[in-house]
Amino acid sequence: MTTFEAAKLVAAREVRVKLRDKTFLFSTAFFLIVTIGSFVIPSLLNGGPTKVAVSLPAAVAPLQSADFEVTAVPDDAAAEKLVRDGDVAAAVVSGPRVLAMDDAPSDVVGALSVAPPVQLLDPEAIDPALDYLVPFALAFLFFITSFTFGMQIAQSVTEEKQTRIVEILVSSVPVRALLAGKVAAMTLLAFGQIALIAIVAIVGVRVGDMDTEVVGRLGPTIAWFLPFFILGFVMLATLWAGVGALAARQEDLAGTSTPLQMIVMLPMFAVVFLSDNDAVIRILSYVPLSSPMAMPIRLFRGDAAVWEPIVALVILAATAAVFLALGSRIYEGSLLRTNGRTSFKTALARS
Amino acid sequence: MSVLSVDEVSRSFGDRQVLKKISFDVVAGRMTGFVGANGAGKTTTMRIMLGVLAADAGEITWQGAPLTREVRQRFGYMPEERGLYPKMSILDQVVYLGRLHGMSAAAARGSTESLLERLGLAERAGEQVEKLSLGNQQRVQIAAALVHDPEVLVLDEPFSGLDPLAVEVVLAVLRDRAAAGAPVLFSSHQLDVVERLCDDLVIIADGTIRAAGSRTQIRADHALPRYRLEVAGDAGWLRDHPGVTLVDLDGPVAVFDLRAGEDDQAVLRAALAKGPVRAFGPVTPSLTEIFREVNQ
Repeated sequence: MTTFEAAKLVAAREVRVKLRDKTFLFSTAFFLIVTIGSFVIPSLLNGGPTKVAVSLPAAVAPLQSADFEVTAVPDDAAAEKLVRDGDVAAAVVSGPRVLAMDDAPSDVVGALSVAPPVQLLDPEAIDPALDYLVPFALAFLFFITSFTFGMQIAQSVTEEKQTRIVEILVSSVPVRALLAGKVAAMTLLAFGQIALIAIVAIVGVRVGDMDTEVVGRLGPTIAWFLPFFILGFVMLATLWAGVGALAARQEDLAGTSTPLQMIVMLPMFAVVFLSDNDAVIRILSYVPLSSPMAMPIRLFRGDAAVWEPIVALVILAATAAVFLALGSRIYEGSLLRTNGRTSFKTALARS
Repeated sequence: MSVLSVDEVSRSFGDRQVLKKISFDVVAGRMTGFVGANGAGKTTTMRIMLGVLAADAGEITWQGAPLTREVRQRFGYMPEERGLYPKMSILDQVVYLGRLHGMSAAAARGSTESLLERLGLAERAGEQVEKLSLGNQQRVQIAAALVHDPEVLVLDEPFSGLDPLAVEVVLAVLRDRAAAGAPVLFSSHQLDVVERLCDDLVIIADGTIRAAGSRTQIRADHALPRYRLEVAGDAGWLRDHPGVTLVDLDGPVAVFDLRAGEDDQAVLRAALAKGPVRAFGPVTPSLTEIFREVNQ
């Protein structure tokens, strides 16, 4: 049996086990619900047309043509009562006057008046709220997926080491096949989860009636995010396996994985908190640990040239190659050391 | 001949040498017991056989060829510290291990089902390993070592933790493998079990092989000129017989050592001259006695 065939068997087992794992299924469902919710809830909150009570017959036609839900009432007192009871948002009464509880209904006023045309000389391309939310969502998605799947690689390695089944495994297949199979399976599952969310998001923005500018930008951003995600995940995958092998028991894992947790967490905080600072984000979009989060943000905002994500991907791929080698060396150097927790130094020294 | 041959293998952990140029053979078709005190080097030797550890020096060969991964794929191994995937079902787990040893999915499944049947686990095949009692987990471990119909079996303490009934079941399975031509090497602390089960014996102490060979040969080699005599009357007169050193005397029954060169038949004739003799013969040492002796 070749190493490749052995790796395939290992990967198939990992995938099968994960697909039956309730934690994995719940987390996938949770992400999907959050994604769907973030498109559905805003349109639910819009709650359809604003209700207006009207006792001035002349105001009915212009309000109806502006898509308000108009309730015609016989007199001003009845209109005021509906406003006070909260049945309508505003009322138009004789005068003409507009009644509302605590907030001037500018949309109703606008429908009843003639405004001069406005021309913006430097319009905001997209909603400032989205400008903050999309980067945050992408950074968080990368972080949480990379972190949870990474920890699962580590736990699965520690489980094999702790139960000592690893002795049977390494007596039958090469250590590299074990590592490659595990990393491939987890990458596939992590990518599958992300891709599912991406598809739901893209469908969501189309169905969810968002403005075309956002739709036009989100598609390419997500498309770029996926290769960044894969490389960014694979870059750390063998290191996760390595820290899993350093631990002799699940209890050790928190300790051995701390450096790696920091490596994943700190870039995420940097990207989220410094996303307003163009110069910093520009640098972070090339640094391999943060580029999977920072480059898609710049792409979404439209301030990255066409060649920039390609260069960032090349840097990321080169780093991934180095980290893969380092991680597999730690893994191979510590997998069979079952007497307690192994140090990085011992693992890296050739036995 | 089909022999698993250990040739001058050494291994150290740090500055502690655990194996000192050990050599012995495990012959096909025979059950070979591997005994030694804790820390004598049994587990290290078995791990080196399976490639879980590397030897510092020396070599292990099977049928004259050095052990590569391809050769070891046809070995069956039961590690000292038991472990299987706790949350995987018995069937899935044993099938998976069979496939890692190069079996097709169908062959692995067929072999797993017949083994589980034989080991009395057929009805529980779908259960997770962690739900089983320790004894039953042990049986699954046996199945894991045997699923791919290995050419060579290396089992570290296969009987520990088994109830007497399970020992018989496992033993029958192992004997079948030996009868089919596989060398079976198993270690054990329970000397009485080894004495009953093994054809050949390897005794290791402090990283060196103290005795290796067939059980009867080892017992003969370590036999003292010791005899047991049972007569009708009192056997106390033996005390004064030339060349005799009494080991134990209990009325008509005596156990004694005879000085080298003395004729045991002369003792028998003397006994017959004094009255009826119920029993007379050499006393072979038990494994426990041999073990105690080689460990000194």
